[in-house]
Amino acid sequence: MNNNFFEVLRAGINTTYQDNGRFHMQHFGVAPGGCMDLKSFVIANALVGNSSQEGVLEFAYQGPLLKLAKGETKIAITGNVIFQIIKINNEKVNGECNRTYNLKEGEQIDILATKESIYGYLAIEGGFDLKPFCKSVSVLARAQIGPNEGKKIKNNDKVNFKRNSSNEKNFTTKVISEKKEIIRVLQGSQFNYFSKQSQDNFFKKYYKITNLTDRMGMRLEGPSISNIISANIRSEGITKGAIQVPADGQPIILLTDYPTIGGYPKISNIISADYHVLVQKVPGEKVLFKNVELREAEQLYKEHLNNISETIKKIKEIN
Amino acid sequence: MIKKLSNIGDCGVVCDFGDEVNQKINAGVIQLFHYIKEEVSKGKIEGILNYTPSYNKLIINFDLKKIKSSQIIDFIKSVNFSELNFSKNKKEWIIPICYDLELDLEKISKTLKIDKNEIINIHLNTTFFIYMVGFIPGHPFMGDLGSKLFLERLKTPRVKLPPGSVGIVEKFCNIYPYESPGGWNIIGRTPTKLFDKKNETQPCLLSPGDTVKFKSISKKEFENLYNE
Repeated sequence: MNNNFFEVLRAGINTTYQDNGRFHMQHFGVAPGGCMDLKSFVIANALVGNSSQEGVLEFAYQGPLLKLAKGETKIAITGNVIFQIIKINNEKVNGECNRTYNLKEGEQIDILATKESIYGYLAIEGGFDLKPFCKSVSVLARAQIGPNEGKKIKNNDKVNFKRNSSNEKNFTTKVISEKKEIIRVLQGSQFNYFSKQSQDNFFKKYYKITNLTDRMGMRLEGPSISNIISANIRSEGITKGAIQVPADGQPIILLTDYPTIGGYPKISNIISADYHVLVQKVPGEKVLFKNVELREAEQLYKEHLNNISETIKKIKEIN
Repeated sequence: MIKKLSNIGDCGVVCDFGDEVNQKINAGVIQLFHYIKEEVSKGKIEGILNYTPSYNKLIINFDLKKIKSSQIIDFIKSVNFSELNFSKNKKEWIIPICYDLELDLEKISKTLKIDKNEIINIHLNTTFFIYMVGFIPGHPFMGDLGSKLFLERLKTPRVKLPPGSVGIVEKFCNIYPYESPGGWNIIGRTPTKLFDKKNETQPCLLSPGDTVKFKSISKKEFENLYNE
């Protein structure tokens, strides 16, 4: 047991430990959770040479200010993030995403903001020193499940990590931005609960992302979707990315920390290949839903995975 | 038994057992749930991540990297329901309840025109069946109460209920595992922890398909058990 750690000088708005999620527990009411943008998560770990499932710090909007109090390490930040490395002599170096930095004891990382996106990721070589709960280090803050007593990072917390960095080399890769307004969906099991006009509107009109958006769900605003059968269904298990429509006609997309059971009819489901693009959209942005078939969605996911593999293959040493 | 099998998004399959809510239909759901859970833990099928039973459906979520809907559907179609044993996984629980810590008994008694003690007796004499667990960790949806006690939800849900609050609505009974908002009629409180984050091997006490009977305890007993 070493005692390498960062001191949290500023926690940021919604900074939590996350990995790829906690499974086999939805029947007990525990949502999988995990990183919102799994692509950025996987790339962050790959840059620092970790396994793809190692826990990272996820932050939203404003990230943490961390001081390396003990040890030395290599870090990588992914997403679209503005940050600085503050040297011991107070010199500030503007950081670049998708590359690694070696940090010495006493240096700080100041994660100022995510740019035109919500979530960013900080991975550390060797990983954070965390106690998993049911095989995952993802924090489900609403139910206070996971490491750090299931809570968000607070000021003055200690962020422990497993080991010092093993080499001085730095690495980088190029991540192609996938920003787009079209989000592809598959029709939901209750698609026919909605009027013909509403179904048409759903695929032709813009829906705006509102402020009521967090890790659990994203509320949209747009042409009202009218239900012609029943505004409630028997409560049933939820799937990530389900778009449910309560009686008020405004859709809610259920995101990573979703309630495990719900009783509103669902008009569609976000396809897996577009989920990471959707969750990075900020309130005020608009989306246009496009209907695809199952086979196409599966093919698009394959391409998405290939795209991640290519990005990882292109990781090269910085000279 | 299964009326319809279909995909839900590209990483989920829904096994629909029909529209009704009763214990017979739900028993089929639970049977399939236990079967899939066991097959997954034995490593017989790869890629399944979650299996969530509800009143009349089982939703299976999977890792699209490893498996796809059509393969899950074929797997479900191959299940021989007549060979499944429902009762072998079933546990019977006795859960203590303190009716002195109620919030709505007086009001319920007036609405239903039934004496408070009779309401308590009906509740104590009901063997509850757990249809599903969820919404939040450890939260059971149980039934069936006799029609004499059928009530609607509160018009305005309470902002904060203490953990362990036991509520009734229609033929259902639930227990709030955490301090949380809630719209059910509260008839008592249990000191039993339904979800224990310190218990890594079995954090959740109740499982879908189990049964629950309540046992009346005093305020003093409640406090002793709660502080244990």
